[in-house]
Amino acid sequence: MAANTGMNLTLKIWRQKDAKSSGKMETYQVRDISDHMSFLEMMDVLNEQLIGEGKEPVAFDHDCREGICGMCSMYINGEAHGPDRGVTTCQLHMRKFKDGDTIYIEPWRATAFPVVKDLVVDRSSFDRVMNAGGFVSVNTSGNAQDANAIPIPKEDADKAFDAATCIGCGACVATCKNASAMLFVSAKVSQLSLLPQGQVEAKDRVQKMVDQMDKEGFGNCTNTGACEVECPKGISLDNIARMNSEYLKASTK
Amino acid sequence: MSNSALSKSSVGRKVLMALSGFFLLVFLLQHCTINLLSIISKDLFNEISHFMGTNPVVQIFLQPVLIFGFIFHLGMGIYLEINNKKARNVKYAMNKSAVNSTWMSRNMVITGIMIFLFLGLHFYDFWIPEITTKLVQQDWSGLDASGEFRYWAEVNHKFHDPVRVGIYCLAFVFLALHLLHGFQSAFQSVGFRHRRYTPLIKKLGNIYAILIPALFVVIALAHHFCCCSAASCAP
Ligand code: HEM
Ligand code: SF4
Ligand code: FES
Repeated sequence: MAANTGMNLTLKIWRQKDAKSSGKMETYQVRDISDHMSFLEMMDVLNEQLIGEGKEPVAFDHDCREGICGMCSMYINGEAHGPDRGVTTCQLHMRKFKDGDTIYIEPWRATAFPVVKDLVVDRSSFDRVMNAGGFVSVNTSGNAQDANAIPIPKEDADKAFDAATCIGCGACVATCKNASAMLFVSAKVSQLSLLPQGQVEAKDRVQKMVDQMDKEGFGNCTNTGACEVECPKGISLDNIARMNSEYLKASTK
Repeated sequence: MSNSALSKSSVGRKVLMALSGFFLLVFLLQHCTINLLSIISKDLFNEISHFMGTNPVVQIFLQPVLIFGFIFHLGMGIYLEINNKKARNVKYAMNKSAVNSTWMSRNMVITGIMIFLFLGLHFYDFWIPEITTKLVQQDWSGLDASGEFRYWAEVNHKFHDPVRVGIYCLAFVFLALHLLHGFQSAFQSVGFRHRRYTPLIKKLGNIYAILIPALFVVIALAHHFCCCSAASCAP
């Protein structure tokens, strides 16, 4: 890391003490940020600095720091996971920013994702949607047959795999003007219903998961397509159409 | 689960939104075609207008269905929008929605309400006088004082007013914006998406969304400047 070649940045960050308090945007300065850093490393630098000053560090979620856990929910400069495409916040590099930039950092904004503290939100609404039907309850104890014994068209296997790459990060909800969870839920519906093991319960599953999604207070999809653009895993709108059609068939049978 | 579930879930409501949208798209095509006749042939336009205005199937069945379709589409659109606003109780301080979605897709309720306001004027211009003539004055002849069909002359007369022509043209711009997103969105809402056909639907939607409102503009302007080709068209 070359000295004195780093960036000086102004950060505007949402600070909120706890779920009950009302928060506000606070301004911080960080100096000498290397463009090799990841965005979260920059946040670490800020927090070191805050701790040094005897102030409360900024709470943010993170775990894997390599784009697989989906925890690092940050709305950076008006976009979920920042300005880059196909990446999570932990995969975002500081080289995407310039010296002197002002960066807005906010938590996911959705009624169904209440803020816990600062940038940390509670995404357990996603878990409840999964619990409502995002599983296969075929009994396999002790006598599971070889997966390859069931012929599955390559195309379906690929689509199911693509849908299954959703990491449940919530960027789709955060981005959507309606805070709709359709991309997430449809990916989870699709990854199962495209495969023979999942088809047995497909009708029930889509209805239960959509019902739970509605109960959690997510908005209604208006097909703006923003979710697909901002999704770090490139989950396709095809999944939403598939879920719509499955839901339609299930509820008119 | 029964059919009624459709109107109670987010996905079902979107399907109903799309179905009412499809219905309005078909209606609009029909409306545009008939209006186009008014700048091609005065006589043909008069005859078709008389048929539409006096045919019991159109008047007793299709007209109420159409009015219901509009009101349903408007009501459901506003209801969903209110719900969607509630789904985000705190707004972002900085939100760059323009980088990931079109203006049209984000402002359907605005363009829709503008269309609805225009419909108020449109009803005042044409529907109320029609109903007054037919139901209040009990005159179903379709003739004016001189014994000629009145339809074409009424349309042409309305478009003499430049302000009215301006408002109509502006409304068609909002209609185009609404349809640029709505046409293809309706297919997605009912779950139709196909590797080959979806790109075609998007192209067709763009053509429809530009062509139909543009034709309405042409019709309004043609009546205003009365530059219709037909000889029978003279005021
Ligand atoms: C009464 C005035 C109108 C209002 C308030 C209105 C409002 C709306 C709203 C809020 C949406 C939902 C946006 C979305 O899902 O993306 C929508 C969708 C749509 N509208 Fe309208 N609209 C009106 C008139 C029209 C007209 C005249 C047409 C066609 C001739 C039309 C065709 C459509 C279509 C095709 C959709 C897409 C449905 C979907 O996405 O599933 N609308 N409208
Ligand atoms: S669909 Fe994409 S944006 Fe939404 S939760 Fe899954 S990975 Fe995240
Ligand atoms: S910290 Fe795991 S995806 Fe970013």
